[in-house]
Amino acid sequence: MSTTEKYVTAAYCVVFALVLVYVLILSLKLQRLEREVDELAGRVPDEDAAEAPQEPARVG
Amino acid sequence: MGRTRIPLPALAVSSVVLVTTALAFVFFVAPNDQTLGFSQRIFYFHVSIAFAAYACFICGAWQALRHLWKRDPRADLASYVCVHQGLIFGTMVLITGSIWAKVAWGRWWIWSEDELVLFLVLYLFYCAYFMLRFSIDPGPQRANLSAVYALFGVVLIPVSFSAIRLAKAYFHPQVFTLHGPNFGGWILVTYCIAQVAMLVLAYTLYRLEIGGKRLDVRLRRLREALA
Repeated sequence: MSTTEKYVTAAYCVVFALVLVYVLILSLKLQRLEREVDELAGRVPDEDAAEAPQEPARVG
Repeated sequence: MGRTRIPLPALAVSSVVLVTTALAFVFFVAPNDQTLGFSQRIFYFHVSIAFAAYACFICGAWQALRHLWKRDPRADLASYVCVHQGLIFGTMVLITGSIWAKVAWGRWWIWSEDELVLFLVLYLFYCAYFMLRFSIDPGPQRANLSAVYALFGVVLIPVSFSAIRLAKAYFHPQVFTLHGPNFGGWILVTYCIAQVAMLVLAYTLYRLEIGGKRLDVRLRRLREALA
């Protein structure tokens, strides 16, 4: 592999790595939100939950 | 009448397929450039990402205008997410551009080249957006000031775009001229695929981030109501 090819590969790897890190950060945040939803759901009494079925939260 | 939105999983699959196709075209279909050789292959993603960054900043300005004009409560958050996306894509432009400069010019960065410095100015301007936004408490004042700032930033985009024509000592390829694209054949086809891939990827990431942010806001309100 020549030096030029190494640089080109590095450029594409950097783009891939940045997008991957960004998606990982977003997924970690969504996991935290899911935990918070569970925590809030735990505070709501069971009979209320039975009367009003919850809709799944839309993301996006 | 409600707007029909493309489901997020469909967008994610489209992004993966398009980016993979673009990579296959970049490395296996597009021919070597006569002047720049193999290093020109950075161009396909570097330029596409730059246009995606510009698109994000323009969308941020549009949402900022909607916030100021129609007082749409969702526009402030949308503007913020667009600017954030633009900055992430801007970071990728700077890194890929710097690597390309090292291969083509032998240096990572050249301060005397206006096209590089003007993009950096645009990038730093939008970095300062976050400093401004997070120095003010959440509320209408923060939303208004952020919107005005995002709206002003859009002025820098045509300056940065046309700065490529200001290249002095070093050759900077010009993608578009007044007569259309500066290339044809498989290079143009590959570039178009890469451009669509980057725009779809940017939109997918935007939808993912704004979905999370809106959920966060709703959760905070719910927690306050329950407290």
